[in-house]
Amino acid sequence: CRCRALLRRPAGAPQALRGMAAGPDMHFGFETVTEEERREKIYQVFESVAKKYDVMNDSMTLGIHRVWKDILINRMNPTPGTLLLDVAGGTGDIAFRFINYVRSVRQQQLQRKLKHNQNLSWQEIFESYQEGNSNSLGDSQVVVCDINREMLKVGKQKAQHLGYSEGLSWVLGNAEELPFDDDNFDVYTIAFGIRNVTRIDLALQEAYRVLKPGGRFLCLEFSHVSNPVLSSLYDLYSFQVIPVLGEIIAGDWKSYQYLVESIRQFPPQEELKAMIEDAGFFKVDYENLNFGIVAIHSGFKL
Amino acid sequence: GRARLSHSDPRGWDGRVGPEEEVEEEGWHGLYPGHIRTSPLQKALLAAGSAVVALCDPYRHDMVAVLGETTGCLALPNLRDKMRHHPEGYRILQERPRICLSTLDMSRLRELPDGSLGREYVRFLEDNKVSPDTRMPPKFVDDEELAYVIQRYREVHDLMHTLLGMPTNMLGEVVVKWFEAVQTGLPMCVLGAAFGPVRLSARKLQVLATELVPWAIRSGLNASCVLNVYYEQRWEQPVESLREEIGIFPPP
Repeated sequence: CRCRALLRRPAGAPQALRGMAAGPDMHFGFETVTEEERREKIYQVFESVAKKYDVMNDSMTLGIHRVWKDILINRMNPTPGTLLLDVAGGTGDIAFRFINYVRSVRQQQLQRKLKHNQNLSWQEIFESYQEGNSNSLGDSQVVVCDINREMLKVGKQKAQHLGYSEGLSWVLGNAEELPFDDDNFDVYTIAFGIRNVTRIDLALQEAYRVLKPGGRFLCLEFSHVSNPVLSSLYDLYSFQVIPVLGEIIAGDWKSYQYLVESIRQFPPQEELKAMIEDAGFFKVDYENLNFGIVAIHSGFKL
Repeated sequence: GRARLSHSDPRGWDGRVGPEEEVEEEGWHGLYPGHIRTSPLQKALLAAGSAVVALCDPYRHDMVAVLGETTGCLALPNLRDKMRHHPEGYRILQERPRICLSTLDMSRLRELPDGSLGREYVRFLEDNKVSPDTRMPPKFVDDEELAYVIQRYREVHDLMHTLLGMPTNMLGEVVVKWFEAVQTGLPMCVLGAAFGPVRLSARKLQVLATELVPWAIRSGLNASCVLNVYYEQRWEQPVESLREEIGIFPPP
């Protein structure tokens, strides 16, 4: 039936292994490539999509990705003073939300403090304002780390445009080999990035390493839809519509073809949970959003 | 790895290598380099989407190209057949000449006498600051010969400008589109001809409607198929003689 033809993965049976270059076989979407080739190809994908990344996210998910990211920060529930590492954070979506959240929590804290101190002298009140102003984030900080220069560039421009400067740093780095010391961060997030990492196990080990004891690992990523009806509709939309959107909006069919294929290749919820546990995390759990189209995985370093 | 041609037409549909073709196409599974296979639903979505974007932003040449490819399923075979049944057109299909900077000897063309096709073509390129290398390669045409036909149509477009004496501003482009619409029947040309004028001023619209479009239509109907002319072998021919031979009336 024609429907099935539409749902079938598009033409492109995996290519034969090529090159004598180092590295075992890996997948790039539905193609088979070496490890080195995969890293390179993924770098090129993000280099090419960087400028239209946000527009495409909005078009493909009809704006719902914003809700997913809001929920992630909500689950994180950071308190002022938290040090966050956002890996593969490219264009800054998580970082900006984090800053907004701690800022509002901080506001509430200060307001509560003021209410409490109704009988202070005017001098004491004035001093507390000074403190408040220079500390609207309460010493919270977020480090955005990404392997791709173009994505970081877009992120920095956005930050400037939206007026984010305090508590924000941008670092070029590889999730498989982070340029940070051990036991450094309170929270580690990776939103829609772990799918593009070539050695997920290494990235998880690095996440464990750089987190402080008691630190939390949070991963927001596309996952598997178990409901068969929804799964068919989701496949139809992914394979038929998304590459077309990529061509029309960004003039780039291939990158978005890669995107939908890479989602299918990514381990499902339970498998990812097991991988996170393997890296040493405890109390690993996941929460499905939108029937499994997206899942938030969480774990703690104890 | 290098692009594999083993499972495509051994002729390789582009005979020579332009600078843009030296980029290797890794793992392409189509009929020609750059070919992306699409389902009918995808073609329909592409046609609709590219039409909207092309209307809103006429500078998105890639969208105009995509529109042409996804809607040309009737017109392209028609054009290909016209070429097959004409001796010069047939030769073009066999030899697959390309018009790009690497195949054109610009200095030789510049030295040709004024009024010759080659000289006037180079003058057109320089006056309007365009290059023959900016044409999009086809992606969504599912037949490699038809992909060449549409590529040839794109590359010959600048020569149409030269033969019709039209510049590359909005007005000139619309006139050429009218001519091409009549000549080729490509829906993309018809849409461009119909909707292009919405961005023109009233004065230009008047000139368009009263003089230019009627002339373009008459010439288009009268002329033989413009894809059946082996332009690369006619650089020395005077433009006027070529116009007469094809059947294009002198521009107003």
